[in-house]
Amino acid sequence: MYRYDDYDHAIVQARVAQFRGQTERYLAGQLTDDEFRPLRLQNGLYIQRHGPMLRLAVPYGLISAAQLRRFADVARRYDRGFGHFTTRHNLQLNWVKLAEVPQILADLAQDELHAIQTSGNCIRNVTTDHFAGVAADEISDPRPWAEILRQWSSFHPEFAYLPRKFKVAISGATEDRAAIQVHDLGLQVVRDPNNSAEIGFKVYAGGGLGRTPLLGQVVREFLPWQHLLTYTEALVRVFNRYGRRDNAYKARIKILVKALGREEFAQQVEAEWAHLKDGPATLTTAEVERVTAQFAAPAYETLAEDDLCHLAHLREDKAFSRWVERNVQAHKVAGYAAVTLSLKKPGAAPGDASSEQMEAAADLAERYSFGEIRVSHEQNLILADVPQRELYTVWHRAKAAGLAAPTVGLIQDLIACPGGDFCSLANARSLPIAAAIQERFEDLDYQHDIGDLELNISGCMNSCGHHHLGAIGILGVDKNGEEWYQVTLGGRQGNDARIGEVIGRSFAAAEVPDAIERLITTYLAHRHADERFIDTFDRIGEEPFRNAAYPHPHQSRRVANG
Amino acid sequence: MANKQIIKERRLQDDAWKVVTLVDGEAPFDVCLPVGPLLVPVSVWKAKKACLIHREYEHGTPLGIWLAPEDDLAGIAADIDDFTVIAVHFPKFADGRGYSTARLLRERHGYDGELRAFGDIGRDQIFFLNRVGFDAFVIGEGKSAEDALAAFDDFPESYQGDAVQPLPLFRRRVA
Repeated sequence: MYRYDDYDHAIVQARVAQFRGQTERYLAGQLTDDEFRPLRLQNGLYIQRHGPMLRLAVPYGLISAAQLRRFADVARRYDRGFGHFTTRHNLQLNWVKLAEVPQILADLAQDELHAIQTSGNCIRNVTTDHFAGVAADEISDPRPWAEILRQWSSFHPEFAYLPRKFKVAISGATEDRAAIQVHDLGLQVVRDPNNSAEIGFKVYAGGGLGRTPLLGQVVREFLPWQHLLTYTEALVRVFNRYGRRDNAYKARIKILVKALGREEFAQQVEAEWAHLKDGPATLTTAEVERVTAQFAAPAYETLAEDDLCHLAHLREDKAFSRWVERNVQAHKVAGYAAVTLSLKKPGAAPGDASSEQMEAAADLAERYSFGEIRVSHEQNLILADVPQRELYTVWHRAKAAGLAAPTVGLIQDLIACPGGDFCSLANARSLPIAAAIQERFEDLDYQHDIGDLELNISGCMNSCGHHHLGAIGILGVDKNGEEWYQVTLGGRQGNDARIGEVIGRSFAAAEVPDAIERLITTYLAHRHADERFIDTFDRIGEEPFRNAAYPHPHQSRRVANG
Repeated sequence: MANKQIIKERRLQDDAWKVVTLVDGEAPFDVCLPVGPLLVPVSVWKAKKACLIHREYEHGTPLGIWLAPEDDLAGIAADIDDFTVIAVHFPKFADGRGYSTARLLRERHGYDGELRAFGDIGRDQIFFLNRVGFDAFVIGEGKSAEDALAAFDDFPESYQGDAVQPLPLFRRRVA
């Protein structure tokens, strides 16, 4: 993974000192709340329901064992001994003290960690595929490109006060696992149609969830890699100059792209880019090689395709084979596998990890996976390079640490934001709904029978739980001070990304598990062999599901904005 | 006003420029131009260009203009070299359009006169403002200009190229 040199260290250290000064001036009354707000946000610091929340960056989801131990230590020392992994690879601490944040950042900087631009109206953490570097369908490892973008976007002097936040996602594989079409800027690595030896990017702009969910539009079919930064700079400049600033809900780039239309927007970016193209920010082979070398494949052993002991364990231990079926993914190197450590279980918020669990994951990574961990946007941790022969041991150790729920991709692996229990923006709580659903479907046989199902919960229209992308999406809404939940169906991420559609009136909290179960029962009754929930939905359409969700027909009429 | 101080060349200096603004409903050609160096809005520049140039020619009064965040540079591109000072207004520090304006003036239009930031700016904006090409700063009301002087050195190094250092770090990095 990328290791800091003296330049990177000096820049992060300078940020620690700068933020220490800003916090001291705020606490001394020299900065007003309004003046301090964007400064603290650009360091990931929110003022939340229970006090400050600090969002720490995990650039493109990659973290070393030492860094994860540092997170564990910080969570224990300055918080309540746990943290929350988000859908954008970051780690949130919910109970920090404002006055201690400068020291937290100083501690983190010792391990090349920070909270730079994890919030605020600036360019945010670049996200990518959690199987980057090990996926068989990869054209180019996206992580070097993500690191190049991280450096370019960090403390970019022109783009610290954009109309609104700006999120970039990049995928290097043919199957998109980074949800690039729902980002402000989505980059898909592709081969040059005229010369397959050269790579570049297909560029999507204007995607996003929130109040106005939109998929990104293709603004350039092929951007040669050399021009990644100049083109991106042109695109963000057009946004900075012409994005709306009169209404925060209309300020994302998606609104600008929609208002101008794809062609006009793309044309304006091209016109701006014409001035920057081939300028000093044009990437060099030397720089790409310098960064790429830091993501070189680890020293894999030469192993047989199948480990005989592993096969024996698979045959003899049903619980183990069930875990392997759901939590272990194929690897492009013979004899290796990628393991997902689940952060989902009833009674704990999805994505929550205790300091002990972080340390256990760090130990596992160090011992069995070259000392690296990935944070997935499904809020789990991934050991990407585990030898097959160690899987049985890894499973036992993961189980002891509460990280081995064999439910990856199943209903219990649902995605949820922290919701109204923690977040001051939320209209409703997410976690009790998540827990109620997880309890309803706790039976493992039932879960495995239902199979692949993406269920996403957001506590408000900001859509941090990506509810629009769930096969089943649940959105918390406020009705006269009460919490209600709107259900969407048919959403999906990936190459065929689609926004889910609302099926009808909202449900009271207590009705949600029953409604979800009726949807599931409908699926089970209609499915063909091996058909996933989403496939059945596509085949038979929304109506049977809607009828099941609302057994009393008069209730199913659509309600504007739920 | 004549004694007000601004930051230039990284120190506090006296400043004589006055900002001309239109009051509500006032037509640009109606505005009364006080003596001394003036920063006029784009509309006044366009309406009274001949008069302003005359003042410079006859009295040696230097020309200046100020730009609002939404002002387009296309309308004044041909005149840019006439100005001794171009000022960019930040009505709210969170409105970042002026940062792009500055880079365009410096990097696209080749403006090499004084580029001044004024409005709601202070210590926490100086470092980036300086990088995008501003070299003079009128610190916002109620904020300390002395304090702001310290901010030029907030970071020892930057990743991107900018109006001051066009080469990004990756072209300068020494292993």
